[in-house]
This record gives sequence, structure tokens and C-alpha cells, in this order.
Amino acid sequence: MSEARDAILGGVRKALAGQQLGDRSEASVDARLDGRPRGIIPDRVAKPHDALVDLFVTMAEQVSATVVRLDGLNDVPEAAAQFLADHNLPAALRLAPDPSLEGVDWTARPMLEVSRGPARPDDVTSLTASVAGIAETGTLMLASGAGSPTTLNFLPDNHIVVLHEGQVVGAYEDAWDRLRAAGGPPRTVNLVTGPSRTGDIEQIIQLGAHGPRRLHILLIADGADGGP
Amino acid sequence: MQPTSLAFKDRARDAVTDAQLQRALLNMKPGFQQRRAATVAKLPEFEALRDQARDIKNHTLANLDTYLLRFEERVVANGGQVHWARTGREACEAIAEICRRAGARTVTKGKSMVAEEIGLNDHLEAEGFTPIETDLGEYIIQLRHEAPSHIIAPALHLVKQQIADTFREAHTDLEADRPLSEPRQLTDEARAMLRRSFLSADVGITGANFLVAETGQTVIVTNEGNGDLTQCLPRIHIVISSIEKAVPTLEDCSAILRLLARSATGQEFSAYTTFSTGPKRAEDLDGPDEFHVVLLDNGRSAVLGTEAEDTLRCIRCGACMNHCPVYGSVGGHAYGWVVPGPIGAALDPALIGLDQARHLPNASTFCGRCETVCPMKIPLTKIMRHWRVKEFESGLAPASVRRGLSLWAWAAKRPRLYRFGTRLAMRMLGLLGRRRGRIGWLPLSGGWTRFRDMPAPQGRTFQDQWAAASRQDSGGR
Ligand code: SF4
Repeated sequence: MSEARDAILGGVRKALAGQQLGDRSEASVDARLDGRPRGIIPDRVAKPHDALVDLFVTMAEQVSATVVRLDGLNDVPEAAAQFLADHNLPAALRLAPDPSLEGVDWTARPMLEVSRGPARPDDVTSLTASVAGIAETGTLMLASGAGSPTTLNFLPDNHIVVLHEGQVVGAYEDAWDRLRAAGGPPRTVNLVTGPSRTGDIEQIIQLGAHGPRRLHILLIADGADGGP
Repeated sequence: MQPTSLAFKDRARDAVTDAQLQRALLNMKPGFQQRRAATVAKLPEFEALRDQARDIKNHTLANLDTYLLRFEERVVANGGQVHWARTGREACEAIAEICRRAGARTVTKGKSMVAEEIGLNDHLEAEGFTPIETDLGEYIIQLRHEAPSHIIAPALHLVKQQIADTFREAHTDLEADRPLSEPRQLTDEARAMLRRSFLSADVGITGANFLVAETGQTVIVTNEGNGDLTQCLPRIHIVISSIEKAVPTLEDCSAILRLLARSATGQEFSAYTTFSTGPKRAEDLDGPDEFHVVLLDNGRSAVLGTEAEDTLRCIRCGACMNHCPVYGSVGGHAYGWVVPGPIGAALDPALIGLDQARHLPNASTFCGRCETVCPMKIPLTKIMRHWRVKEFESGLAPASVRRGLSLWAWAAKRPRLYRFGTRLAMRMLGLLGRRRGRIGWLPLSGGWTRFRDMPAPQGRTFQDQWAAASRQDSGGR
């Protein structure tokens, strides 16, 4: 296919000789790729951190996610059990094998069946960690890795996500910086804003098209510098 | 997809008398227009973001060769493969070859207008594979053997009763008398049916909204989650994307993403925005073993440097068609190709040829609503006007139109004659419509008066009024 590659790139170069769109230079490309200049950041995120956390909650709830605020990781089993009971769901959780969730003591809830690994077709509810919460639109950033198989984000009907207040940032750009600080981009980054939905039938919004019908966020209070 | 745009006039005529289609099109106002307006009003930076997005994309296109090379480098560095395809045919063959080597049988697909453009499903079927559309709208039209009528809502032309009938016909292993009158029931049935496909597919094919040069990521923006199940479950993930989808960095991508969902569906952000690069890593517990990106040109490079080059900024949000009175009256199928509406009228002549698409740039009142909402500030009416001129120059316009236009041009270049003529015509038309205030028949204008009355002119010509107003203006100062 290198013939096609040369032909396309050659065609692009030739056509670009007559373009009116902007300046052409390899230096400007590399400067942009290295400098990664930020553009306009919406004013709505120019706020102190605790107000950003509130904005995150408001925005997430606006898109039909549910949020409960917890004092610490120790409260996770109870909150998860409560969510399952509230929705009449089987008392079973498929957990992401994420180190940041290792501290959670599930033995406090012996009736809850917990297992770890990627999603299986019959798993009804998953529980995962997250990289960041983006206040701008109530969006979660989830990244694939040894502790966070992507299937957990999409296959089960219900998705519970643990997010620490310290992970809440203002804009998408802040979340990318967080991810970059942790190394290069993983295989998959999911920005998740509310549960799955569709408007394909007469533009009437239905939740739970193919992905989770419910997105439940457990927001852990641990100060601005906490979190994994 | 074979263009049928030459049948625009006939199809448009049928469309306006199709009661079900008209009912479906009415959903656009509350569904798209009002939601967009409400969401845009909540972001004071929206206008500034439009200018910024235009500049980002202009810079990228002006350096497209370099950005594509950087993108390719990053994909390969992450263990993925890039395939270049000049034509739809080459892209289809590359994809079929990957499927063959993998010994694939079923192929799930996320929504991709580029895949529609190149007729990928037909090609895969002919090669013995079973492609399954998983976006709800695409799934519905695949069952009905139809083309999409809208770029983000492919089944926009249907009402729920038609969808229920389609499901009853297709899902014969379900109870025949099950209730299917509500969108909820229809959505749940499709969800259950497609689960099996997601789990059994060997290959997943998605499109791309963006190609990030910085990281080698392909990006899809969806609401249903089908695109994600399509790419995280099968052994192989293939991305089919046209070359103009490149953006430099994640910052640039985020900047344009702020416009996309708001313009498209009136959401602040779509439910799922997914960035993918390479196959699964050594430590990953799931994900595809292979990652392929097919980069398609299919006429795009030839649009650079032409009057239509601004169309390459398009992010396929659909806002222009959602707000177009012509699209709103005739729907998408009348346009006869995969991209309908104002962007179709500006882009399709460049991609499928003006001879095929010549009616489309004429299907506009030039009201300009498309441009007011286009997040990428594409001068759609300017480009349509360019195609109209081209159509005239190249002799594609029918002889009667050419003669009429030449006659008008001859008169318009002689101001005295023109003024005299228009005054005379006005007076005569005024007399003709004196009794009813409108005119039901005119010589040489049957095309207009067959469907509507022409209002009878009253008072003086525009030029006379203008002259009088200017005199008054300068006199008053
Ligand atoms: S032309 Fe503009 S409004 Fe129309 S689909 Fe493209 S980006 Fe959206």
C-alpha cells in the first residue's frame, strides 16, 4: 500500500500549493505538537477546588448520573450494597483489579459476592476506579490498564465508579495533563458523561442503549491533594 | 454508496407528500434546534470557540501531509498498523484482507459515514463476511436495506411504528405479539439482539471523529456505547477514517469537542468520547490484539486548494441540516448521497462530481441559517454559489435556465433598460393580481405557480424605493 501512501501524500502536497487556509511549515507543526498550546478554557471552571467538586456533581447529575459523597474508601462497600439494593440488583460486583481499590475492605459485607477481572457477559454491575473527574461537563476520565479493563465500563448494565475529590479537575486539558504525568496514553481512554443513551427513535432520549443503563459515582472526600 | 443525486427533484417532490416522513421531520425542531439553542446559551465562550476551531482546523489542513505522517508514526510506535487508501475500493479491499487473514466471520460496526460512503457493508458481504451495524439508527436502516438519511441520526426519517414493523419482520424468533409501541421497548429489543453480536464478533470496525497526531489516537464520539463494545470485545479493531479528520494535539481535539456535541445534539458533551491507539498492551486484561487504521482519501486531497476547501473543516455535527428549511422539508434521502443538507450541497459536488450532484447546490434558499450554526464556520452558501456558477459555466444547467439567466444578465447590465423593464413588469403583475392580491398562473413560470401562488407586487420597485429612501436620508441630514 506504500504506493497509495505516496500518491495520497503527493496529492496532498501538490494541492496544498494552492491553498488559502494558512501558513505551511514543518516547524509550526512541531512547535504545536511539542508546545501543545491551550486554547480558550470556559470560565465556568475558573473556581476554587471545592467549587469545582460541586460543579462536577451538578453537571454529572444533569446527565442522569447519580452521585453519593462518602467520607472515605471504607464507606464504599456499604454505598455499593445500598445502590444494588435500591435498584433490586443481584448482590454481586465485578471489581476492577485496581491497586487504588485494594484498601477497600469487602469482608464487612459478606453477603456481597465480589470478583475481580474484565467483564464477563453475565456481570450485572461493575465497580472501577477512575483517573479524573472533569467538572466542566461532569465527565469521568477512565484509562485502560492492568487494573482497569475497558470492558467493565461498557458491558455490565450498571457501572459504579470510585472518584476521589482530589481527582476532580476543571477542564479536559487539566485531565490530559494528569494522564500525561502518569506516562503516555494507554490503549484506551474513555471520557464518560452519564449513562449510555440514544435518541435514534423519534429523538426521544432513552437511557441504556448498549452501554450501562446506570452510572453511579462514589465521590470520596479526601481534600484537594488526596486521591491516587 | 452509488449517488442518486440526479433524482433530487423527483425525490423531493415525493418527500413533501410523504406523510410519515413529514411527521418524522417535525421531530427535528424540539429534538435538535431547541436543545442546541439551550445548550449554546449556557456557554458564553461559544462564539469565540468557533473562531478558534476554524483556525485550528485551517492550520491542520494547511499542513495535512506533515500531520498525517506524525499520526502514522505514533500509531506504528504504539503497535498499530496504518493502511492508506486512495479510493473507496482500495479501503474496502484493505479491510476485507484484514478480515480474511483473521479468519473472521462476523464483523460488528460502529456508525461511520465514511463506511457508508465507500459501501463497506456490501463489499464485506460479497466477500462472505457478515457485517452487523450496532448503532441503533444504523441497525434499523440496515434491517430495512436503506441508506442513512442524516449523518448523526441515520433513521431520522422513520417513525416508531415503522421501526416496530421492521423489528417484527426481522426478529422472528421473538413472540409475534410482543408490545413494541414505545421507544423504550424498541431500544431494549435492539439492545438484547445486539448483545449476542458484540460478544461473538471477530472484528470490530469503527469510524473516527478525530485523528490525534500528537498521540496516534483515533477518537470516536458516541452516546450509545456501541462503538466501544465494537472495539473492546473483538480480536481486531479496524478504524476507517478519511484523511481530513486529523487534529494536532489533545488540546486542539478538546477545543473542537467543546463544539461538537453542543452543535449536534445540544448535549454539553456526548456520553462517550473514546481515544484509542494500538492493540492491547502486555499488561491489559482486555482489548483487541490488532489495531488497524485505514486512511482514506477518496477525493479529499483534490479539494484542497479549491473554492470548496473550507468544507474539509467539517466535523459532521449535522447542525447545518438540522437548521435547514430545505432539508427539513425533504429529508436526507432526496439528496441521494451519504452527506445531505447544506454541507452535502457544498461537499458532494467536490466528491462525487458536479455532473452527479448539480441539483444539490440549487436546493437552497440561501437563508444562511446553516452558516450561523456551523461550529467550524464553513461558508456554506458561498461554496454553493460557487457550484452554481460552475454549473452554469460548464454548460450543465438545462438550456431553458441558461437562456433565462443570459437574458436576465443582458438586461441587468443595462441599468436604464432594467429599471424600465422592472417598472413595467411590476405594473403588469400588479394589474394581473389586482383582485386576489396573488397570481395563480404566469407564462414561463409554471414550475413556480403550479405549487404556490405568487404574491402580486404592490407599490414601486425595490430600486425606486431605495432611491427614494436614500434621497430622504441625505435630505434629512
Ligand atoms: S458543515 Fe458545519 S454544521 Fe454542517 S455538519 Fe459540517 S461542521 Fe456541522
